Amino acid sequence: MRHLLSTADLTRDEAVGILDLAEDMADVATRAVPKLPTLRGRTVANLFFEDSTRTRLSFEAAAKRLSADVITFSAKGSSVSKGESLKDTAQTIAAMGVDAVVLRHSASGAAQVLAESDWIDAAVVNAGDGTHQHPTQGLLDAYTLRKTLHADASRGRDLDGVRVAIVGDVLHSRVARSNVWLLTTLGAHVTLVGPRTLLPMGVGAWPVDVTTDLDAAIAARPDAVMMLRVQQERMHAAFFPHEREYASGWSLDDDRFARLAADTIVMHPGPMNRGLEISARAADSPRSVILDQVTNGVSIRMAVLYLVLSGSDPREAAA
Amino acid sequence: MTTIIIRGARPLAGDPVDLLIEDGVIAERGSGLSRARATVIDADGLVALPGLVDLHTHLREPGFETSETVLTGTRAAAAGGFTAVHAMANTSPVADTAGVVEQVASLGAHHGYATVRPIGAVTVGLAGERLSEIGAMARSRAAVRVFSDDGKCVHDALLMRRALEYVATFDGVIAQHAQEPRLTEGAQMNEGEVSAELGLAGWPAVAEEAIIARDVLLADAVGARLHVCHLSTAGSVEIVRWAKARGIRVTAEVTPHHLLLTEQLVADGGGDPYTSYDARFKVNPPLRRDEDVQALREALADGTIDIVATDHAPHPVESKECAWQEASFGMVGLESALSVVQTAMVDTGHFGWTDVARVLSRVPAEIGRLSGYDAPFEQGSPAHLTLIDPASRSVFGVGSLRGKGVNSPYLGRELPGRVVATIHGGVPTVIDGALRDAEEVSRG
Repeated sequence: MRHLLSTADLTRDEAVGILDLAEDMADVATRAVPKLPTLRGRTVANLFFEDSTRTRLSFEAAAKRLSADVITFSAKGSSVSKGESLKDTAQTIAAMGVDAVVLRHSASGAAQVLAESDWIDAAVVNAGDGTHQHPTQGLLDAYTLRKTLHADASRGRDLDGVRVAIVGDVLHSRVARSNVWLLTTLGAHVTLVGPRTLLPMGVGAWPVDVTTDLDAAIAARPDAVMMLRVQQERMHAAFFPHEREYASGWSLDDDRFARLAADTIVMHPGPMNRGLEISARAADSPRSVILDQVTNGVSIRMAVLYLVLSGSDPREAAA
Repeated sequence: MTTIIIRGARPLAGDPVDLLIEDGVIAERGSGLSRARATVIDADGLVALPGLVDLHTHLREPGFETSETVLTGTRAAAAGGFTAVHAMANTSPVADTAGVVEQVASLGAHHGYATVRPIGAVTVGLAGERLSEIGAMARSRAAVRVFSDDGKCVHDALLMRRALEYVATFDGVIAQHAQEPRLTEGAQMNEGEVSAELGLAGWPAVAEEAIIARDVLLADAVGARLHVCHLSTAGSVEIVRWAKARGIRVTAEVTPHHLLLTEQLVADGGGDPYTSYDARFKVNPPLRRDEDVQALREALADGTIDIVATDHAPHPVESKECAWQEASFGMVGLESALSVVQTAMVDTGHFGWTDVARVLSRVPAEIGRLSGYDAPFEQGSPAHLTLIDPASRSVFGVGSLRGKGVNSPYLGRELPGRVVATIHGGVPTVIDGALRDAEEVSRG
């Protein structure tokens, strides 16, 4: 794998291969010394043009567990605030000798532009681009789903027939887009739920069901509900009137949580707005896999960094 | 001034004829013409078109000379077969006073590659608050007749009404950039399936159509003339068609790129040298769906859309070599316009070269109140013309661009047609497919 830019680029075999490799990586974490020498001497640059402590730390942990050196660039207090462009920043970091760039950027397509331009030779891993994609998030969600459903029998399996409801601000969500393409590629059935204002125009072309009715989506007994973070500022742009009205329609509140089927799991990419899109009871319940998602994120990112830096096929690596 | 004999050109692809150009006018047409010391252009097999007139050009001077100047922009125009361009008002300072428009017009006259007709701003500083000095610009030596806040929409309904009424005083026209600003906040590309997948904020068709609908009603109400810039959607076509059927005095333009390119290019780039999210496809209004392209072609052929205008919008490389949402809107278009119109309209059988002359010369001149383009090739008419070889095909490249901007969406694409010669007021600006030297052209 040369780069990881979008989950829409992955075939089912590739995706399963990445998930399987992440299983191996997860095993490493259980060792006395949870570290592999695999990427010793390789350098991973975290280029974060947009704040994201969680994703950055997760990539950092992943790279370090593979013994790679990590350098981190974050936009705050950097030359970006002096008007330096993506091209110049990337070339500057690359000139320091970098094998892979992990890019977080507020502009949709930034990772694609960096990867497909001739600006740098390094592998590019998209760590979130605007409202487009966040492929490692999609992969860690798929991994978490598979692990929760199949536990130790996960290896080699896809998500055929698994039903997932993704709820909330789909319009602005790169997490939702990454999951839509990846989960459906893996055979899952996805239902998007939200007010019409937060479902993109053109969503009808996606291979998913779309509804505005969260109660109906819950009554359909999905295997997982994935709650998306709602940005507080959306209400000022007339996407919805105020928090309480949003919550009454699309929050996984205590009442809806109580109506979930017994084996439905609760997911959230974080950070959560407790009381807005999800209640504390739902977030902290045993059916919540939210912290598993964080743990699995490191394994997924180890797998992805390994694949882009070793250049090998995920199926071979997993074999 | 040189005497020129053009031998065997086919005006509007009709029968071959010789044209004698003297003192800037067509002095004679016939066969076997000769004159002592005349420059002879062998135009055997070439189609003669009237000099092309662009109603929508960004020359960038004054203020943005790193992107384009009057000289470089009119050289690009000449290379594309144009002999007149209308220079948009979004310069710095904005063309909202007589002083600025006179300066721009006189720069054009000095260089001589094309007649430069400045467009005046509708509102001071394009700010959409107060009318600019429309009367002073109209009465200035630049004799401005087209007024536009292009790039910004005159969205205030009262201000638009007053502007329509006021310019009518001077036989002027408001050229509206139809874009409802609230519906397009942060907009990046056409709203629809492609924007949904790419996660780019959508520029909905209704934001254009709602303004056009309002403006044709306003124009009707006050009995004024309206021109709609770069119309881009099938819905806009329907509104203009309805307005014309009602007798409302509205004219409309379409750009070459909206006749050929679709939003799909944002997703996949269409091949080397472009990639996905290639900002060279970022333009305002955005590239739309294939259904829109087809509707625009039909509307241009049936006269619902009156003219083709380039919206030539040069930008420095760094404004396009970046993430999509950080890039500037706009494409260069003067050098490629004729080839693209040939591809989209002539080679597809929508219309012929007489229609090309109508939409790229006679009617844009009429809308801009530019004289000298009503009877091309007639004895006594000003000698504005271009000779083209429609059978030629070549790969469009950076070398095909003659202005400062290289932000073209056609690089690497094989396009038909080649401009062999351009003559502006009897002065050759392009000979044998090559631009003539600036000093020679300036001397006349």
